[in-house]
Amino acid sequence: MDIAVRPARVALVGNPNSGKTALFNALTGAHQKVANYAGVTVERKEGLVRVPSGQTVLVLDLPGTYSLRARSPDEAVTRDAVLGRLAGETPPDVLVCVADATNLRLVLRLVLELKSVGRPMVLALNMYDIAQRQGLRIDLDRLRTELGVPIVTTVATRKRGIADLLAEVETVSMAAADLPQGAGAWQEPDATEIRAAHRDAERIMRACVRAPERPDTLTGKIDTVLLHPVAGLLILLGLLFVMFQAVFAWAAPAMDGIEAGFALFGRLVSGFMADGLIESLVVDGVIAGVGSVIIFLPQIVILFAFIILLEDFGYMARAAFLMDRIMGGAARTIDSRQDRLTTIMVAPLMTCSARIPVYTLIIAAFIPNETVWGFASLQGLVMFGLYAAGIVSALLVSFVVRRVFWRGQVEPFMMELPAYKLPDAKSVLMNLWLRAKIFLTRAGKIILPLMVLVWVASTFPYPPAGATGQPIEYSLAGMIGRALEPVFAPIGFNWQMVIALIPGMAAREVAVAALGTVYAVADADAAMSGLATVLSAQWSLATGLAFLAWYVFAPQCVPTLAVVKRETNSWKWMTIMIVYMFGLAYLGAFVTYRVALALGGGSIGG
Amino acid sequence: MPNIIPLSEARIGDRGIITRVGGGSGDAHDAELERRLLELGFVEGARIHLIHQGIVRRDPIALRVDDMTVALRRREAASLTVQLDGPFAEAAE
Repeated sequence: MDIAVRPARVALVGNPNSGKTALFNALTGAHQKVANYAGVTVERKEGLVRVPSGQTVLVLDLPGTYSLRARSPDEAVTRDAVLGRLAGETPPDVLVCVADATNLRLVLRLVLELKSVGRPMVLALNMYDIAQRQGLRIDLDRLRTELGVPIVTTVATRKRGIADLLAEVETVSMAAADLPQGAGAWQEPDATEIRAAHRDAERIMRACVRAPERPDTLTGKIDTVLLHPVAGLLILLGLLFVMFQAVFAWAAPAMDGIEAGFALFGRLVSGFMADGLIESLVVDGVIAGVGSVIIFLPQIVILFAFIILLEDFGYMARAAFLMDRIMGGAARTIDSRQDRLTTIMVAPLMTCSARIPVYTLIIAAFIPNETVWGFASLQGLVMFGLYAAGIVSALLVSFVVRRVFWRGQVEPFMMELPAYKLPDAKSVLMNLWLRAKIFLTRAGKIILPLMVLVWVASTFPYPPAGATGQPIEYSLAGMIGRALEPVFAPIGFNWQMVIALIPGMAAREVAVAALGTVYAVADADAAMSGLATVLSAQWSLATGLAFLAWYVFAPQCVPTLAVVKRETNSWKWMTIMIVYMFGLAYLGAFVTYRVALALGGGSIGG
Repeated sequence: MPNIIPLSEARIGDRGIITRVGGGSGDAHDAELERRLLELGFVEGARIHLIHQGIVRRDPIALRVDDMTVALRRREAASLTVQLDGPFAEAAE
């Protein structure tokens, strides 16, 4: 095997909360690439690092797992990547098993399981500083002998042990270069084998690890407050409230800056270019369309700052614990087709963190920035309401689906509650930068080309000679919008919104960008004044709320539907999903619009 | 009072030792649940201590399992049998 031709591949495997991602960041620095695995919504993170010999090594960060017996799409990716079964992926040359040195019990069994795969492996005992501070004594030499794998100790957040790890990775990959690959030896263990492996791990644990002299007692103390059935829930609600308020209140100055920047940019460009088609394409199509999405970058950054901090602190698992029975549990799936179906049908309705950015964006665009009750931002409150609406609707659908279609077992909820840890500033900033980059890349790769399409559709064909209305009304988009308008009139949508719904199928935020383009093509001033200003002048509050309600329910995007098709392996279920979600979206928007009208939210410009 | 009970019936503060994992009807669902419980550290002989419970029907529950903390629903906890410590066990620890 000639390693010189292509970079050696190293895959990071480990339990959740083992500091795997921190180690990945310490190894690769800013040289990271994030994409999705083909056909699944699982993130694929890889980066490059130079080993002591000067060779470049490709590092892959795999989703955390307790076992290779995968039971979720994320864990399946880990299993297939480790076993070299992932389509379109080269198998890893070296596995690095990342372990939380203070929490070895379960990972030792995973190490034994990984060993049976037969690939060269290094065990990284991460968070070794915490283990030392707790007075936890690990007999490294003995552990090396017992497990039969090289061990390095690391402190990812302080970049300690990284050089040792790389040297060890190089050594094992060299040593393995002339060995035959034994991959494929792994077989799904049954309960007896898992028990046996556990006993083995337990014996090794007793032989090599001495209990900490100063165990972590802080986590238990914090949990008595944060997991308290009443106080814990109140704190969770308070956190969500503060988070949503902050997203809208703190981002405002930065957003105004970006908005002014794009307006200036648009004016500059139109000053330099001759009036005409190209100018309209650049200013109305690209700058107004893409700009109306990029403006939300500050909100996305604030939102993810909260999410990343809470995640790194270890709070997310607690939030799941507190919300489990209240949400009815749409956490993970188990080996039953029916449960998987329920989860697949319900999950898109849940307001998971992936959906929050889109809501943020739609709310900021469509809900006026007002203060209510003297202290709360109306936008933050609407966000809170949407979050609740998502949960309640998911509960209802899950209830109906279980009652009407089948009575299956409920998928189990079981998860480790990790010890609390102070988030590391550098790691948080790096993850934040990654999220911002993903957001901007999406804006460039998906929204920009779609906006050119929307611009073309709203510009051509030209109005006939002697036409009295605005040119856009005679364009292809105008005709489609007009034709469908009667269908959407009962839920308060105008024809511009109908146009935006169509490219919005590709991804929700595209709808926002499309509105930016459509309004800019229709009215030259709109390109300069920002979407929120235009909308508040053109839409009633009832229309804005109805549009939001639509997007709580509407089918997420074409890629999600493709996943549903693949997971259920049936066109029938995909069609049912589309029909029921559009039905719900229409119903939800209708009710919202009518109720808002009845409450006096029908006036425009309020 | 019997001191060998399904974990699903344990009350907050209860301590004990897991004596049996799985052993339901033996269908595919139970077999899968048993393996997942094992993988998360619920093995025969592990020490447990029920430390938190949710607000809806005292569910889910959070336990110390040896030296880690794990949350699960009482529904899944029904697959675990525990022997609770006697009244004097706590003092002996």
